[in-house]
Amino acid sequence: MHIDSLFTEEELLVRQTAREFVEEHVKPVIRECWNEGRFPDEIIPLMGEMGFFGANLEGYGCAGMSNVDYGLIMQEIERGDSGVRSFISVQSALVMFPIHAYGSEEQKQKWLPKLATGEAIGCFGLTEPDFGSNPGGMRATARLEGDEWVLNGEKTWITNGSIADVAVVWARGEGRVRGFLVEKGTPGYTTSDIHGKLSMRASVTSSLSLNECRIPVANALPGAVGLKTALSCLTQARYGIGWGVIGAAMECYETARQYSLDRKQFDDKPIASHQLVQEKLAWMITEITKAQLLALHVGRLKDQGKADPAHVSMLKRNNVAIALECARISRDLLGANGIMDEYPLMRHMANLETVKTYEGTDHIHALIIGERVTGIPAYR
Amino acid sequence: MKIVVALKQVIARDSVLRLSADARWVDETDAAYEINEADAYALEAGLQLKEKQGGEVIALCAGPGRVSKAIREALAKGADRAIHIALDQPEQLDSLATARLLVEAVRQEGPDLVLTGLQSDDVGAGQTGVVAAELLGWPHVTLVVGIEPAGGGLRVRRELEGGWFQYVETPLPAVLTIQSGIARLRYATLMGIKRARSKEVRRIDARELLPQNETAAPIVRLREAEKTKQTQILEGPPAEAAAKLVEKLKFEARVL
Ligand SMILES: Cc1cc2nc3c(=O)[nH]c(=O)nc-3n(C[C@H](O)[C@H](O)[C@H](O)COP(=O)(O)OP(=O)(O)OC[C@H]3O[C@@H](n4cnc5c(N)ncnc54)[C@H](O)[C@@H]3O)c2cc1C
Repeated sequence: MHIDSLFTEEELLVRQTAREFVEEHVKPVIRECWNEGRFPDEIIPLMGEMGFFGANLEGYGCAGMSNVDYGLIMQEIERGDSGVRSFISVQSALVMFPIHAYGSEEQKQKWLPKLATGEAIGCFGLTEPDFGSNPGGMRATARLEGDEWVLNGEKTWITNGSIADVAVVWARGEGRVRGFLVEKGTPGYTTSDIHGKLSMRASVTSSLSLNECRIPVANALPGAVGLKTALSCLTQARYGIGWGVIGAAMECYETARQYSLDRKQFDDKPIASHQLVQEKLAWMITEITKAQLLALHVGRLKDQGKADPAHVSMLKRNNVAIALECARISRDLLGANGIMDEYPLMRHMANLETVKTYEGTDHIHALIIGERVTGIPAYR
Repeated sequence: MKIVVALKQVIARDSVLRLSADARWVDETDAAYEINEADAYALEAGLQLKEKQGGEVIALCAGPGRVSKAIREALAKGADRAIHIALDQPEQLDSLATARLLVEAVRQEGPDLVLTGLQSDDVGAGQTGVVAAELLGWPHVTLVVGIEPAGGGLRVRRELEGGWFQYVETPLPAVLTIQSGIARLRYATLMGIKRARSKEVRRIDARELLPQNETAAPIVRLREAEKTKQTQILEGPPAEAAAKLVEKLKFEARVL
């Protein structure tokens, strides 16, 4: 389809450099990391050097690339693993973006350069045990006492939680949802890791607990007032996810395509020579191509300042759904071999189950699109 | 030290190749390209020398519009500027004609050192660097796997057969042809890619640079490699099969 002809030379170079990075630093270690349930933290400084963190932000040590460049990086990283892509999504879209967009000059100077190099790690605490799809119901509170905010509440399912130097925590204070920067080691702030995940095993997921946790007023993000500001961060992250999952889908498709040419059954013929197998390959490459076109279109809109949250919902929902289907179909085409960790299919499939849920479930994005085309909100 | 790195853009290594309609090259319709591997190492060697010694690295590349990607990559990795010799169908120039073009551009720059890969991944003649040195009247060292400044010149490590190395000292200016693996290749970081936007690329038309440049050895025709090996299974009881085998080795293969 000559999709590459839609990218600029610079965008292709960005994709190439991210792809080389993944081949050299992610693929060789990811199987072992997944099995051990460990995030490959040794590659954090390298990713910082590459400029992957906050790549689409300007200044403060960020690379200042376009949203399409950023999307292509996400795609290539998720070709390796969704957990590694999640790390970059959180660091970039959920931590650096809100500090960049809603932080004070002092907060930007203090955190952005370190987050850009990977010297500091961030996490984003919105979800609570009783409030996932409906974050507006959150119970976490912030009480103003003199020149301090006192935070109380529980956050859960927080990517990078226990390894983060700074948490962007959302809580209700003075009647509004607000964003706060809580630093590791602050008294009253503790984390514990969630074990037993069968998805995103190469990613750290934790619960955060805030118990009379006092932070200076200067650690509130001055611009982050109102649930809308929290949701604006999600729009950034969802945009990256819409690209990322294409990488996972491509990796599954390519694995299955190659395998179906090599594997022979019935009369010594490659399974790729059967019509049913070809139909599956045709479906996958068609959906991947459509997903790329959708991502690229939203990316170009975003670069022109014209993308709105419903566009991003369509991108995230569609691309995650087809990526998950590609993983399942590819697994099928590999037969018994498909269930082995030697091949990336089950890992991608399991990861994509998380990706379907986090950053707005498939249902929630359907409701956002539905509201956009009918004018009727149907969340309740 | 002023260093020119001559690099070639070639069809990417994992490509599926088909012959072009006139069979004088491969069909490039869907081709993906990359910097020739040994040239990427030459660039790395140049950048490392510059980091040690100071100076400037100039990327030099001849080819059609598509090579601007290779040039951009070289600039993103740290080359200071670049020269693009605009040339259609570079594959139809032989090593001598290519070297003549490169040498014209090198003369305009007057560098201390020219680095290039020891051979290209597509044609694999391994001559361009050596011929360029002859045309320039400079010394050259091939198969280079290590470079150190020594006195006013360089002490260079060459790779020989069977795990042996040779050290050669050369005065400057010189041409070195670099072996893949001389150092670990760096990535083009996003910051580097952004910096490359504002670096100078001087474009010279090949015909302006050298109006007369005849190719003595053009490519006339390419052929796909034919499979000539074949397997025969000799059936029957062992003694019979062995007798057949001996007969074949004697009269068909003529090795006994
Ligand atoms: C590995 C992992 C990492 C995560 N990282 C983070 C993080 O870093 N920060 C963070 O804040 N959160 C994070 N999350 C949490 C994630 O965002 C939530 O899980 C998600 O928002 C869904 O919430 P829930 O799990 O409570 O599901 P629920 O909201 O309980 O949803 C369960 C089901 O009900 C459906 N449903 C709910 N409401 C409706 C409705 N109105 N109409 C139709 N269907 C509905 C959903 O679509 C879903 O199918 C992470 C989750 C995982 C698994």
